[in-house]
Amino acid sequence: MNFIALRMLTGDRAKYFGLVFAIAFCTFLLENQTTIFTNILKRTASQILDVTDAEVWVMDPKTEYFEQTKALKDTDLTRVRSVPGVEWAVRLFKGNPIAKTLDGKFAASFLIGLDDATLAGAPRKMLMGSWQRLREPDSVVVDKAGYILLYPGEPLELGRTLEMNDHRVTIVGISDASAPFVSLPVMHARYSEAVNFLGRERTQLSFVVARPAKGTSPEELTRRIHERTGLRARTTNEFMWDCIRYYLKNTGIPINFGITIGVALVVGTVVAGQTFYLFTLENLRQFGALKAIGVTNGRLIGMILLQAGTAASCGFALGTGMAATFFEITLNVIATRGIVLMWQNVAVTGACILFVAIVASVLSIRRVLVLEPAAVFRG
Amino acid sequence: MENYLAVDSRRVTKHFGEGETRIEALRGVDFEARFGELSFLVGPSGCGKTTLISVIAGLLERTGGELGILGRPMDELKGTDRVLFRRKNVGFLFQQYNLLPALTAAENVAVPLLAAGQEWKQAVPKAKELLDRLGLGHRMDALPKELSGGQQQRVALARALVHEPRLVVCDEPTAALDSANGEAVMELLAKSAVHPDRAVIVVTHDTRVFHFADSIAHMDDGRIRDVTRPNGAAHAPVHTQEVAV
Repeated sequence: MNFIALRMLTGDRAKYFGLVFAIAFCTFLLENQTTIFTNILKRTASQILDVTDAEVWVMDPKTEYFEQTKALKDTDLTRVRSVPGVEWAVRLFKGNPIAKTLDGKFAASFLIGLDDATLAGAPRKMLMGSWQRLREPDSVVVDKAGYILLYPGEPLELGRTLEMNDHRVTIVGISDASAPFVSLPVMHARYSEAVNFLGRERTQLSFVVARPAKGTSPEELTRRIHERTGLRARTTNEFMWDCIRYYLKNTGIPINFGITIGVALVVGTVVAGQTFYLFTLENLRQFGALKAIGVTNGRLIGMILLQAGTAASCGFALGTGMAATFFEITLNVIATRGIVLMWQNVAVTGACILFVAIVASVLSIRRVLVLEPAAVFRG
Repeated sequence: MENYLAVDSRRVTKHFGEGETRIEALRGVDFEARFGELSFLVGPSGCGKTTLISVIAGLLERTGGELGILGRPMDELKGTDRVLFRRKNVGFLFQQYNLLPALTAAENVAVPLLAAGQEWKQAVPKAKELLDRLGLGHRMDALPKELSGGQQQRVALARALVHEPRLVVCDEPTAALDSANGEAVMELLAKSAVHPDRAVIVVTHDTRVFHFADSIAHMDDGRIRDVTRPNGAAHAPVHTQEVAV
C-alpha cells in the first residue's frame, strides 16, 4: 500500500510539484531570513572572533559589548599579566578614526591597534601583502571591503596612502577581515601608531587580550582575572554572546527580523499546510473507495503520513538546496560577505517543516477517519 | 438463515439525524439475495436503494432489525472485524468507477489483494490475468484517464472480483454508460460474477438491463414493495455451472 500512497502523491504532477514547491519556498524563506538574522547578529562580534591568538578579553567592569569601551589604565596590563595561569597578555586598542584618501574620499573606520612586539590579533586571512609588514612605520592593513569603499572601482593595490588624524599611512596589506556590524573599513595597525591616528586621550588602552597557560581553561582564567584585578574578563565566546545579547536587547533588529521571520513562518506554514490538506481533500473520494474496499484506518493513516513525509522531505531538501545556493552566490558580494547557511538554521527550519507536516497530516487524517465509506456510493 | 441466502434482512431500519431533521431511509426492509443469482434492487431516486446496499455491505450501521450476511449475523461484526470481513468477502462496483487515477488498470485491480496483504509481485500478475479474461489484456498498463467509460467499468468489475468475494454489490453500474456499453458490462457481470457460491446485488433504475436479473426487488419509500422473478427462478441457486472467475 505504500507504493499506492506514493503513486497517489506523485500521480498528478502539477499537484505534486505544487505541494513540493510550496514547502520548498517555505523552507527557503525561513532559512534565508533566519540565516541573515543570525549572521548579522554574529557580525556584532566579528572583530572579537577575528582575534584567534587570544582566548580571554579583559575590559572595564562596566563594558557591555565590543563597541562600548572605556580605556583601561596602562598598569592594568601588568596586573593581568601577574594573574596565575596567564601565558601572555597584550594590549589592544580599538578606535574609529576618519580615514581619507588623497582624492578626498573619506570614511570612518574600525581601527584595531595591535601589540607592537607580538602583533597578536593581527588578521590571519590576507588577500595581498602580509600582516608582518605592520612593523614598518606608518603602515596599516585594510580589509578588502574597506578598500573598495575608499577606492571604488579601482583594483586592489598595495602602497597607496591614506591620511588619518594628520598622519600619512601606507597600506601594506589587504585582509579578508570578517564584516563588522556597520559597513566601515576594518584597519589594523601597531598599537603605538594606532593611538596617534585618533584624537589623543589620556588613556587609550581599550582591551587586554590574553592567552591562558597550558592547563588553565579560559573560563578559569577569566574568573581569576576578575577576582584579582576587579576588571571584567570574558572568554572570546562569552564576549561574542555579550555583544549579540546587547544588540538583541537594545536595538530594533530582533523586532524587525522577528516580524519578518514570523510572517515567513505563518505564510510558509499556512501555504504548505493548506496545500497538503487540500491535496488530501481532493483525494477524499479515493480514500473513501479504499475504505470501502477494506483498507483499515491504521493503513490509511500510514499512507497519509508517508505522503506528508515524502512531500515534506522533498520540499525541505529542495528549499535547503535553494537557500544554500543563494548564500553561496552572495558569499563573495561585499555587502553580504561571510553570511553563510548554518546548520542551526537548517535544523530550526527542519523542525518548523516537520511541525507543518504533522499538523497538515493530523487534519488530513481526521478528515479521512471521519469519512463515511458509504459516501463513495453517492455520485 | 437459509443456507442458499447470501443476504437475509428482516425489518431493517435506518434513519439519519434526529428530531425535526430525522430522515427514515429504511422503514423495515425485508430483503433476500441468493447465492448464484443476480439480484436487482430497483426503485426511484431517494427510495433507499443505496442506503440498503451500504448497510448490507457493512459500510453503514443499521438502526434496527436483523441482518445476516453470508451466514453471519452482522451484530457479531464490529469495528476492524467488520472491515476485515468486508475486505475478504465483499466486492464493490461503483457508478463512478472510483479507480485510482494514478494507478494503471492492472494496479487498480490489484488494490484489494494489496489491501489484504498480498505481495506486489503476486497481486499484479493475478490482476493482469483477470483483466486478460475480461478482454482488457491490451489495456493493462493504461491509466484510467486513457480508458473509455466501458473499459473503466470493466476494470472496476475486475477489481470487484479479483479477491474472489462471496458478495458483490454494484451501484448503478450502467448509469454512466451508453446502452451498448451498459449491455456489455451487464453481460460481463452476469457471465463472470455470478457463481454458485457468490451473490451479486445490483442497484439500478436502468430498465434496459432488467432482463439480466434473476430477481428484482422493487423499493419505494424505504420499503421493499414487491419482488419479482422474471425468469421464474426457484428457491435454490439457479446458476450451477462453474464460471471462469
